[in-house]
Amino acid sequence: MSHSLVTMSYIVATILFIFSLSGLSNQETARRGNYYGMLGMAIAIIATALSASVTSYAILIVALLIGGAIGAKAALKVEMTQMPELVAIMHSLVGMAAVLVGYANFMDASTTLSGVEKNIHEVEIYIGILIGAVTFSGSVIAFGKLSERISGKPMLLPGRHWLNLGLLIAAVILGRMFLQQTETGGGTLPLLLMTVIALAFGIHMVMAIGGADMPVVVSMLNSYSGWAAAATGFMLSNDLLIVTGALVGSSGAILSYIMCRAMNRNFISVIAGGFGTSGGEAAVIEGEVTPISAEETAQLLLDAKNIMIIPGYGMAVAQAQHTVNEITKLLRDKGKKVGFGIHPVAGRMPGHMNVLLAEAKVPYDIVYEMDEINEDWGHVDVSIVIGANDIVNPSALDDPNSPIAGMPVLECWKGETTVVLKRSMASGYAGVGNPLFVLENTRMLFGDANATMQAVLKALKG
Amino acid sequence: MKIGIPKEIHPGEKRVATTPEAAEQIIKLGFSVLLESGAGLAANISDEAYKEVGVEIVNNAKNLWKKADIVMKVRAPERHPELALDEIDLLSKGGRLISFIWPAQNEELMQKLAAKDATVLAMDSVPRMSRAQKLDALSSMANIAGYRAVIEAAQHFGRFFTGQITAAGKIPPAKVLVIGAGVAGLAAIGTAKSMGAIVRAFDTRPEVKEQIESMDAEFLMLDFKEEGTGAGGYAKTMSKEFIEAEMALFARQAMEVDIIITTALIPGKPAPKLITEGMVKSMKPGSIIVDLAAEQGGNCALTEKDQVVVQHGVTIIGYSNLPSRLANQSSQLYATNLRHLLTELCPEKNGTINVNMDDEVIRGTTVIKEGKITWPPPPPKLSAAPAPQTEAPAYASVQEPKKSVIPDSVKQFIPLIIGGLALFGIGSVAPASFMSHFTVFVLACFIGYQVIWNVSASLHTPLMSVTNAISGIIVIGALVQVSAPGPTISVLAGLAILIASINIAGGFLVTRRMLEMFRK
Repeated sequence: MSHSLVTMSYIVATILFIFSLSGLSNQETARRGNYYGMLGMAIAIIATALSASVTSYAILIVALLIGGAIGAKAALKVEMTQMPELVAIMHSLVGMAAVLVGYANFMDASTTLSGVEKNIHEVEIYIGILIGAVTFSGSVIAFGKLSERISGKPMLLPGRHWLNLGLLIAAVILGRMFLQQTETGGGTLPLLLMTVIALAFGIHMVMAIGGADMPVVVSMLNSYSGWAAAATGFMLSNDLLIVTGALVGSSGAILSYIMCRAMNRNFISVIAGGFGTSGGEAAVIEGEVTPISAEETAQLLLDAKNIMIIPGYGMAVAQAQHTVNEITKLLRDKGKKVGFGIHPVAGRMPGHMNVLLAEAKVPYDIVYEMDEINEDWGHVDVSIVIGANDIVNPSALDDPNSPIAGMPVLECWKGETTVVLKRSMASGYAGVGNPLFVLENTRMLFGDANATMQAVLKALKG
Repeated sequence: MKIGIPKEIHPGEKRVATTPEAAEQIIKLGFSVLLESGAGLAANISDEAYKEVGVEIVNNAKNLWKKADIVMKVRAPERHPELALDEIDLLSKGGRLISFIWPAQNEELMQKLAAKDATVLAMDSVPRMSRAQKLDALSSMANIAGYRAVIEAAQHFGRFFTGQITAAGKIPPAKVLVIGAGVAGLAAIGTAKSMGAIVRAFDTRPEVKEQIESMDAEFLMLDFKEEGTGAGGYAKTMSKEFIEAEMALFARQAMEVDIIITTALIPGKPAPKLITEGMVKSMKPGSIIVDLAAEQGGNCALTEKDQVVVQHGVTIIGYSNLPSRLANQSSQLYATNLRHLLTELCPEKNGTINVNMDDEVIRGTTVIKEGKITWPPPPPKLSAAPAPQTEAPAYASVQEPKKSVIPDSVKQFIPLIIGGLALFGIGSVAPASFMSHFTVFVLACFIGYQVIWNVSASLHTPLMSVTNAISGIIVIGALVQVSAPGPTISVLAGLAILIASINIAGGFLVTRRMLEMFRK
């Protein structure tokens, strides 16, 4: 295939990728968008494979087939509750691939560049590997935290900011050494050292971030994986890679921004890690909770007209979404208005709850975003909070010392009654006491979310 | 333990201390319940209804008091009209009594009860804490009184409450003034409002303004600043100047409104006189005053306790037994309050009560413990309004705005300046080939920015998985290198292809799977 034809195919692929992302603006066009993405990818791969620069196909085809098979298997087997883990591990793969491509490019002596162009090329390799390695190790740690192989608590090393700064300076110095040594054909050692440092930096960065900040981390790593691809594109002078990397990179960056805004936290402070390291003591929550039984909850639901369900990570953990859907169906059949209120950071990744509810076949037109419903709590008779804590914490609004102060929350306490499902009386992921639990119009339903929801369902039927 | 419910003996008292529903719950706590025959009749509850849930009916009061370990009543003990002896004498030595007591007003009764070595819990002394609200009988009774006050007023009022325009002419809505927006006042506001009247309300405590306005009534403001909230959220006595301003307001309102409902009470003091004879005279003929403070002497100068009197053409209603006039409803609420108290007293659900003086609610309610008078209790630690606590830290945090070396006006340009310098730096050294790629990169970032903002929040997870798949495009980088000379490069590139294709296949397929689930 001629060079121009390959370039033209790349342009088509680029356009298809942009369509693919813009298709996600609503559910109807999203599926089509996904097919555009597949088509674009197929065109890009075929065009490259047929281009002049590819001559040996054995490794190529074998690797593509094996990789494709593994990916397909994982995609079809994964539980929807495990989506965050899958996404995280896939980020790490992009990072890993970027590192490998960077090394391959570094060893490839066939390119003949000189002067500034050569220097820039070396810098591109260096940066490409750096971003790739940070993405890789960071995503692996994020995966570990999400799948609870690693504790979700932030690990705060003493002087961690200085440590980060030290790593950064070391990376810069190594970069200089690398450039000097490549003049004479060397440079492997600084590159390897830098890779190790980048890996350490990625690990350290994600280890320091608390579980509640996971949505930000996941979207940030999403962004990094895009930048890694873009850096590879610069390294290979390949515009398709640059454009696609930039698209993915900005997508992840915007998601991170949206998540940060939803938690009223500064992006830098999330990345710097740790929770509540500044500010005074949060007010200690005093008072007594009013427990409720599943039967009473069912009665409450039968008496209500307007019901709002607020799912959180606890629903994902307990796999309660199917039971919740059955309750929803039952109540809707009885003529009640049932809605779902989704906080942007509910769950462990952006949009996590929507996917779970969609899996349980909850119709998406009764699933609302926080901004759509936060004005309407006055009309809600009963709201059910399933395994959520911080996103319904009134102290975010009225206690300036709370670690989550200023974060917009679902103001369910403004409704008539709130039923909170909770495993037991312990504070939430962020370690924040929640005055909602002791409010007069709050009832606590203790137990495993799925088991209690089953009991409520039974009581509703009986 | 056996809980005995005697018939109320106070003249005109129709309430009963438990209902079949509450008795059923009490029995579940492990108690057995005895009821004097006919105790519920005045509240329209037959003995049979009680029997059905397992209550034992006892034929006379004497037997009941003798058998019961705990006696639950509505009114404080008094002289039995038929047996010609005091109820206190019926109480066995060391017995337990739960009822309204009013310890401040009934010192003699307290002494007598103490002499009996009794344990007495007074339903009027339940502390005002959010935890204790479910046993706050004063509130539940006040709620009924407020409702009934409006009904009584309506009965004596010669007009509609609501305004109407009919073929036979226009009917103006009644104007109602509610003085004192406690539980009773708010209930009265709600009732009058729902009947269509124009409702105004006044209270010395400014924080109730919001509550009044939330019920769609008008809060009458006084051009006078004085904090009227006393301990525990009750009102306190106000200064002379304040009262004068207040009286002037009432005088103006009296000429205008049709119905005045007064609920002003200060704990442990006679009711403040708010409506003078002059004001009554100035009211329109046919107007109504319902005085909910009649028991404590009345807010109106002309109120006569338990009587309806007509003075200067104004009907003044001084019933002190308004809850009893809605006997079934008030019995139900009072019984529920008592049941909640028993639940607090019997946390083990084993049918025995434990008067745990370390529990703030029980401590406050208990006025005599085994013959020792424990009233008044120490002041409660928690106030109903925690507002001042949260204000202090808010102030502290406002106080420390960080002083920055760089003024804000310059600050906002700093990123722009740094970005500009960086671009300049790159531009000054970079060769042309790099710049063309860089152009593509920057433009792509902007396209990404525009496109991603349109993505619906509910599709953020599919967005992440599809971008995951798309960033598998890095496979292109590996593809162009797989044919480069040297086995190491081929292996590295091959590995990269393998990894990236996991991403591509996995990302697209899982996105497809997810999107298939999104159904209307």
